[in-house]
Amino acid sequence: MALETLTSEPRESRVAALLRRSERFRLGLLLFPGLFWLLLFFALPLVVVVLYSFATPGPTGRVEWHFTLANYGTLFTESLYVNAYLRSIWAGVLTTLICLLAGYPLALYIVRRPPRWRTVLLFLILIPFWTNFLVRTYAWMIILSNNGIINSIIQALGLPRVALYPSEGAVLIGLIYGNLPFMVLPIFASLDRFDFTLLEAAADLGADQTRAFLRVMLPLTMPGIAAGSVLVFIPTVGQFVVSDLLGGAKVDYLGNLLQRLFTRSNPPNWPLGSAMAIVFMAVLTVAILLYFRITTEQDR
Amino acid sequence: MLDTPTTRKPYVTGMDSRRSAGMLALGAHTILTMVFLYAPIVVLVAFSFTRDSFGVRWTGFTLDWYRRLLADQRLLGAALNTLYVALTSTIVSTIIGTMTALAMERYHFRGRTGFDALLYLPIVIPEIVMALALLAFFAFSFGILELLSGLRLQMGLGTVTIAHIAFTISFVVVVVRASLKGFDMRLEEAAQDLGANEWQTFRHITLPLILPGIIGGALLAFTLSLDDFIITFFTTGPGTSLLPVEVYGQVKRAITPKINAISTLMLLVSITLVFLSQFIQRRR
Amino acid sequence: MKNGIAVDLRNVVKRFAEVYAVDHVSMQIRDGEFFSMLGPSGCGKTTTLRMIAGFEFPTAGEIALHGKLVGTTPPFRRNVNTVFQSYALFPHMTVAENVAFGLQMKKTPQAEIARRVEEALDLVRLGGFSGRRPRQLSGGQQQRVALARALVNHPEVLLLDEPLGALDLKLRKEMQLELKSLQERVGITFIYVTHDQEEALTMSDRIAVMNAGKVLQVGTPTEIYERPVCRFVADFIGETNFIEGLAGGVEPDGVATITTDDGLTFRAQTTRPVTPGAKVTLSIRPEKAFLAVQSPPPGTPNCFPVTVARVAYIGSDTRIDVRLGQGRLFDLWEQNSRSTLDRDAYWQPGETGFLWWPAENALVLTE
Repeated sequence: MALETLTSEPRESRVAALLRRSERFRLGLLLFPGLFWLLLFFALPLVVVVLYSFATPGPTGRVEWHFTLANYGTLFTESLYVNAYLRSIWAGVLTTLICLLAGYPLALYIVRRPPRWRTVLLFLILIPFWTNFLVRTYAWMIILSNNGIINSIIQALGLPRVALYPSEGAVLIGLIYGNLPFMVLPIFASLDRFDFTLLEAAADLGADQTRAFLRVMLPLTMPGIAAGSVLVFIPTVGQFVVSDLLGGAKVDYLGNLLQRLFTRSNPPNWPLGSAMAIVFMAVLTVAILLYFRITTEQDR
Repeated sequence: MLDTPTTRKPYVTGMDSRRSAGMLALGAHTILTMVFLYAPIVVLVAFSFTRDSFGVRWTGFTLDWYRRLLADQRLLGAALNTLYVALTSTIVSTIIGTMTALAMERYHFRGRTGFDALLYLPIVIPEIVMALALLAFFAFSFGILELLSGLRLQMGLGTVTIAHIAFTISFVVVVVRASLKGFDMRLEEAAQDLGANEWQTFRHITLPLILPGIIGGALLAFTLSLDDFIITFFTTGPGTSLLPVEVYGQVKRAITPKINAISTLMLLVSITLVFLSQFIQRRR
Repeated sequence: MKNGIAVDLRNVVKRFAEVYAVDHVSMQIRDGEFFSMLGPSGCGKTTTLRMIAGFEFPTAGEIALHGKLVGTTPPFRRNVNTVFQSYALFPHMTVAENVAFGLQMKKTPQAEIARRVEEALDLVRLGGFSGRRPRQLSGGQQQRVALARALVNHPEVLLLDEPLGALDLKLRKEMQLELKSLQERVGITFIYVTHDQEEALTMSDRIAVMNAGKVLQVGTPTEIYERPVCRFVADFIGETNFIEGLAGGVEPDGVATITTDDGLTFRAQTTRPVTPGAKVTLSIRPEKAFLAVQSPPPGTPNCFPVTVARVAYIGSDTRIDVRLGQGRLFDLWEQNSRSTLDRDAYWQPGETGFLWWPAENALVLTE
């Protein structure tokens, strides 16, 4: 048998080769449109941004193609930009943290309900997830406005009106409100996979509630926490609608500056805006990598 | 939730009461969170029917704002534009996304991991970065085009549609891939075994079985496109108005019950779409 | 029915990357026979079946269906049908639609489809179920639908990939008999893949025992069990005692003498030529050896004084481990042909006796 194997080393027949080639052709056909679209209208635009970030802003807003690093220099020296970065990241961290603290118990409760209730509660989380962010932010303007519900209640109690909006507090409320579902859903998914008899096993082995949670449930649901945190953190840091509407555009967040540099300021400064976007992406990448390192270390 | 087995005796009563106390706290938290999530929506809907012309408190019922809405040609035009963009981009991105999902789930090829990353990037990248990149790209390439051929292109519905396709493809791919993951490949073999060729197999077996996934992906793409503000805001051109951009402009000026009314209608559309997508998923 | 050969595999090889899943397999499966491929998981039996179906193409070698080469013919152009292990019923179609699918693909007229679907469902005793969906059926019923869906096309060969694997033991036994009688009624060649030796023995006309991509032996159930050609087959089918030793001379009636290194001498049947002095293995099945209380008459072959080490009473028989020579353990089964509660009627650990068997009950294996 061994000898035979050596002498008749199998070779691919011509038909098989042809079939394989037609498979490859089919794959190419399926792959091409998506690849084309994403390269042309997603990857290439990002390259253009990188190009712009090294160009010189002209006096009328036109871009002059002289290589410069000045845009990056401006970002790290002018307090306007440095502060905007810090403020946005701080808002992102705070929002993520609060969403996590509010979202985890919520997801836990939903997972532990009987199937019918689970469906209903999950659905109630899904609705805000699917509805317009702008509209949901706008709803808070109504509630917090000077003559709005909260102030009416305060007045009815005989207290002086409070300027609830526009304010940074209002921005934070809007951010939590807008992003909470993004935290709940991934945590729900990971809790759904969690085997709750493991808690009984931990208790059986002498772990109290706190330790069973910290040593068993938390590590095993960490993927959900990580995913939820990223889903909340990224859009929060980059947002400009909430701070524009609920903050009254009084304080500058990263997103507001980006929007202004690209569309509103007179003249616009695309090279500076591009550099700002690039640094933003770099900061985000570092932050997320760090975060994943911390969360996976706890896993061990 | 978590129980301590320190003593044997109160096993039944102690544990149960503890469990219910824990669950009670979680339940209370859930109710409060739901109030937090839904109170603004309820207030918004309610105040679309108020007589108060600032639209922030209740002074009596009226349908007047909806009537004015229907008379607002500008808003209606914007709504039509939005619908046009959403429909076109949904159709294109559903087709492209389904093809991509099939390629990704069925084949192994060099560069697959890289393409996988490219597919996920539009989902995780901050929307504003993608938006300004598209703006920069369109301006840049239109500039080059004008230089080369003298042709002058302008941002408008076309660029918005292209941008919406680019950011919804990835979402369609994720949803369709999920439905392909649960697909039993033996079914396709069985069909071929019974004499169906590749196309008949796709048409009679694969397509009907992944159709809920495709429809789910399409509905998600449609909703995302309909609701999108940031990318639309950056890629639209002068004179082209889309609903979210229009609403944003008006909101920036003042709160009016008319915006409450249009917002209510937008909510209604979104909620209908969630119901639809959930219904389709349940039927699977 | 040209030459009576339904499937002819000639030197078929299937290689996945560097692994030979099927390694130069040659077999001929006759028209109308119930042929089983038996072996542990990963032995290449399913891959062989999938190549006959057309889901995989051989890396080398040839497959012929009734004399026609089908090496790279796609499955939909072969008149061969498969019953899958998971049944692979189309969940979005009714039972009738599932069964009709193959005929529709062949553009059979509607009226004929309706008639044949009904016939096929009657054949598997699922007459009233045509409007149901697969998930509304029990495992056994789904399995029958899969069978009807394949048989309705009148395939040249029916391939069955462990079709009873998902059923519980009782239902499996029922279905074994039913499948066998169905095959006899329709007269179609069945190629049946299984890892369950009892199933293969019960149903098959012939069995191919496979391991590591190779066919080790093809034969009737009796041949496979009574005359295994190698150690693997003897071990895989049923249970057996192996005793290793050196071959002595072979007598004209084919009985050879074997000597172990601890000095015991055995006599056993040979089926193949044995060179004196070669290393061989003696295989003796536990039900073919006997334990006597008193010493058998002198001259009885293969007779050894032993001590009972362990006894397991399992109802139909008693399984006894005895110790012979220098602690060598030997397994033998004694049928409980007498109904009694008397303790003395059964062997107890520590008792001594005499183990013996006739030379023709043991087999000399050279591989």
